Amino acid sequence: MSNQIERFQDPGLPEHVHRNADVDPRAAKRAEQQIAILFLLSAVGTILTIVSYIYIKSTTFFYLPVMGRTNLQQLLLGIGLTAATLFIGLGAIQWAKKLMPDEEVIAERHEFRSEEVDREELVETFKERAGASGIGRRSLIKRSLGLSLGLVGLSPLVLLRDTGPLPGKFLNTTNWAAGTRLLRDPDGQPILASDIEVGAVTQVLPELSAGMERTLENTGKDAVLLLRLRPEDFNLDPERLSWTHEGIIAFSKICTHMGCAVALYEQQTHHLLCPCHQSTFDVTRGAKVIFGPAARPLPQLAITVNADGYLIAKQPFTLPIGPSFWERNSSNG
Amino acid sequence: MKTSQKVAGAAANYVDERTGAAKWLKKNLTKVFPDHWSFMLGEICLYSFIILLLTGTFLTFWFDPSQREVVYHGSYLPLSGIHMSAAYDSTLHLSFDVRGGLLMRQIHHWAALIFMSAIVAHLFRVFFTGAYRKPREFNWLIGVGLLTFGIVEGFLGYSLPDDLLSGTGIRIAEAILQAIPVVGSYLAFFAFGGPFPGTAFIPRIFIVHVLLLPGLFLALITIHLMLVWYQKHTQYPGPGRTEKNVVGYPLMPVYMAKAGGFFFVVFGVTAFLGAVASINPIWLYGPYTPGQISAGSQPDWYMGWLDGLVRAAPPLETHAFGHTISWNILIPGLIIPGILFTGMALYPFIESWISGDKREHHLLDRPRNAPNRTALGVTAITFILISLLNGGNDIIATHFHLTINGIMWFTRIGLFTIPPIAFVITKRICLSLQRADRDLVLHGRETGRLVMMPNGEMLEVHEPISDAQKWTLTQHQTPGALPAPLPASATVGIKGKIRARLNRANAVQIPAPTLSDLKELGEAHH
Repeated sequence: MSNQIERFQDPGLPEHVHRNADVDPRAAKRAEQQIAILFLLSAVGTILTIVSYIYIKSTTFFYLPVMGRTNLQQLLLGIGLTAATLFIGLGAIQWAKKLMPDEEVIAERHEFRSEEVDREELVETFKERAGASGIGRRSLIKRSLGLSLGLVGLSPLVLLRDTGPLPGKFLNTTNWAAGTRLLRDPDGQPILASDIEVGAVTQVLPELSAGMERTLENTGKDAVLLLRLRPEDFNLDPERLSWTHEGIIAFSKICTHMGCAVALYEQQTHHLLCPCHQSTFDVTRGAKVIFGPAARPLPQLAITVNADGYLIAKQPFTLPIGPSFWERNSSNG
Repeated sequence: MKTSQKVAGAAANYVDERTGAAKWLKKNLTKVFPDHWSFMLGEICLYSFIILLLTGTFLTFWFDPSQREVVYHGSYLPLSGIHMSAAYDSTLHLSFDVRGGLLMRQIHHWAALIFMSAIVAHLFRVFFTGAYRKPREFNWLIGVGLLTFGIVEGFLGYSLPDDLLSGTGIRIAEAILQAIPVVGSYLAFFAFGGPFPGTAFIPRIFIVHVLLLPGLFLALITIHLMLVWYQKHTQYPGPGRTEKNVVGYPLMPVYMAKAGGFFFVVFGVTAFLGAVASINPIWLYGPYTPGQISAGSQPDWYMGWLDGLVRAAPPLETHAFGHTISWNILIPGLIIPGILFTGMALYPFIESWISGDKREHHLLDRPRNAPNRTALGVTAITFILISLLNGGNDIIATHFHLTINGIMWFTRIGLFTIPPIAFVITKRICLSLQRADRDLVLHGRETGRLVMMPNGEMLEVHEPISDAQKWTLTQHQTPGALPAPLPASATVGIKGKIRARLNRANAVQIPAPTLSDLKELGEAHH
C-alpha cells in the first residue's frame, strides 16, 4: 500500500433528469393551465379588493371565532390584496418550476485580486498623482488642511445646540412646595384625609399656582401616589413617620430606575411594582427597593393636613425624583 | 416581424445607443444563481423592505407627526372627548376612518417584524455557513449595520403613534440617554427639545423614521446587492461545485420568475397577516401621559432582549462626588449591546486572524465542519434567547403561574451559565455529526435488512452511499490546509499565545474519511 492518501473524487454534476412536462406535451399543457388559473385567481383578488372598497360600509362589524369582533371591510380588503399578490407569486414560481429550463448551468468565477502589473501600476499612478498635488512637499498646506478638516465637523455640532434648552434645575425640582394641596387625578379635587380609606391608592398632582399649566412635562415629575395603610403597618424611622398622616403616605410615582409610572399596588403585601422592569418597592419601609433593577427607593413626599383638613405637602421633595442623571447629587440618599 | 417585436427592438436600440447597455445586459441576463432555500432569507429582507416603503408611504398621507394637543371626536367612541396628541388622533383616524388604513397599518407592522426576523435569520445563515469569509467581509459589515439601524428604525416606528405603550418605551429611551455619564441630561434635553415628553420628539423621530434611515437602508441595501452580484453568490458544496465555479439557474427567465414571484408571495403572506392578525391595537392603550402605564408593557421582539437584559440587571449605582452613575442602565442598555455588536462586526477578521486563512471562499461550510464557529453562534443565540425570555417575564409569570422573582433569578444566573454549556454541547454535537458522516462514508447506510449467517450470526446489511454523497461529505478538508499552520513568528508574546491556543482549538476535527481509508477497511474485511 502506498503512503499517498487518495481522496474521494468529485463525480461532477449529476445527470439531468427530465421533468414530466419536458417530455409529455399533455403534462406541459396541464402545467400551463394550472399557472393560468393561479394568475386568474389573482385577478379575482383585485376585483374583490375594489368591490369591498366601494360597496362595503366601513362601519360593518361582525363576530368571527378566534378573531373576535372584526371589521368586514378591512378584512375583505386584506383578503383581496392577499389573493391579488399571493397568486401572482405562486403562478410565477409554478411557471419557473414546471416549464422553464431546469438544467443547472455552470459559470466560472474569477479571482478578485488584480493582476500584479495592474497593482504596481496603480501604486505608481497614485504616487505620481499625489506628487503632482505636492501634498508631500508642501507641509504647510498639509497641516492647515488637516486642521480645517478636523474642525469642520464642529459647525454641525454647534448648530444642533438649539435643539433644546439646557437642563438647568428641571430634573432636580418638582412643583411640590410646603403647603401645596394634593389634588386627585384626574378630577383635580382637593382631598380630605377622611376621604382616603385604608388600603386605597390614589394618584395625586400638586395644586399649581395661578397661570401655571398642567403640562405632561410637569405631570412626568409631579405624579405622586397616595396610599393609606394602618399606622401600625409602618416600619419607618421617626422622621419619615412624621412625613405620614394617620397612615396616609405619599411617594413619587416615577420609577427611580427608568421613569415609568409605578402603578401596580399589591394591597396584601404593601408592595409597589413597576410594570416596566419589575422593580418592587416596600411601602411599609419607605418604598425601599426589595427586588428588581431600581437602585433607590421612591422619594417620599412629606404630607400633613391644613386648617381645613385637606391634605397638603409639608415641604418639597428632599431628593430629585425619577431616574438617575449625571448631575444628580446623591450625598443624602 | 411582428409590430411588438419592432417596437421592442427600437426601444432597445434607443437605450443602447445612449448607454451601451447591450454588452452588460447580454452578460448579466444569463447570470447564474445557485439554488437553496436558505438563500431566500435575504430575499425576504429585501421584499419586506419594499413592502415597508409602499405601506409606509400610504400611512404618511394621513399620519400627523405632531404632539400638539387635540380633543378626539372620531368614530371610536370610547375615546371620544379625550385630550391627546395629534399623532395619536391621526393614527386613530387612520385605523377607523380611512378605508384600508387599519389594514395598511397592520401590514406595515407585520412587515417590520418579518423584516427584522428575516435579517436575523439571514445573519445566522451567513454566520453558520461561513459565508462572511474572504472576499465577503464588506457585506458582513453592511449586514451588521442594517441590523443595527433596523432595530432603531423599528423602535422609532412603533413609537410614532404616541399611545400609552409606545410613550412608555420613549420614556425608557430617554432614561438611557439621561444615564450617559457627563453629557446625559444635556443629550436628553437636546433630543426632546426640553424636558420629557415635550412636543419636539415625535416630529423629529418621524423625519428620521421616514427619510433618514430609509435613505440609509436604500444605500446600504444597494451596495449589499451590488457586491452579491459582482462577487457572485456562494454555494453549498456538492458534486460539480467548486471554489472556481458557480452552479445554478440563469437570471432570465428562471430567477426573474422565481425571485419576482417570491416578492408577491411575501407580499401576499404579509397582507394576509395584516388582514386577519391584529397587531398593536393602539386604541386599547389610550393616549400617552407620563403618570399612567398599562400592565404587561412589552416592546417588539427585536427590542425585547435588550429590555430583558435591563430587567435582569442588579440594582447598581455609583454615588460619588455629587454625581450618579447608573450601572443598572449603562451595562445592560449600552455596554453589553455594544460589546455584542462590535464582536459580531469584527468576527470575520478575528476568525481569519486565528486561522491564518487568507484564501477566498465561495463554497459554504456545513456548520458541523466548523464546530467552534457553530458553537459560538449557538452560544450567542442562547444568550439572546434567555434575555428575550426575561423581557417577557411578566407575561410568562402570569401565563405559566411562575413568580417573576423566580424567572429573574433564573435569568441572572442563566445568562452566565447556560451559554457556555450550550457551547460545549454544540461543539460535541458537531463532532459527533462529523463522526456520523465518517461512518456513513466508510460503512454505508443502514438498510434495516437483517441477514442470518450460516453460523447463526445476525448481521445488518449496509449499503454503500452514492459517489455524489461521498464527495459532499468529504470535500471539506484538504489535509493540512485548514486551519493553515501559523508561522512561528505569529505565536510569540501574549497575543501570539492566545492566537496559537485558539488555532489549536479550531484544529480539533474528526478527520474526513478518504478513499484510502475505505480501501484499507475493505482489505481488513477480507
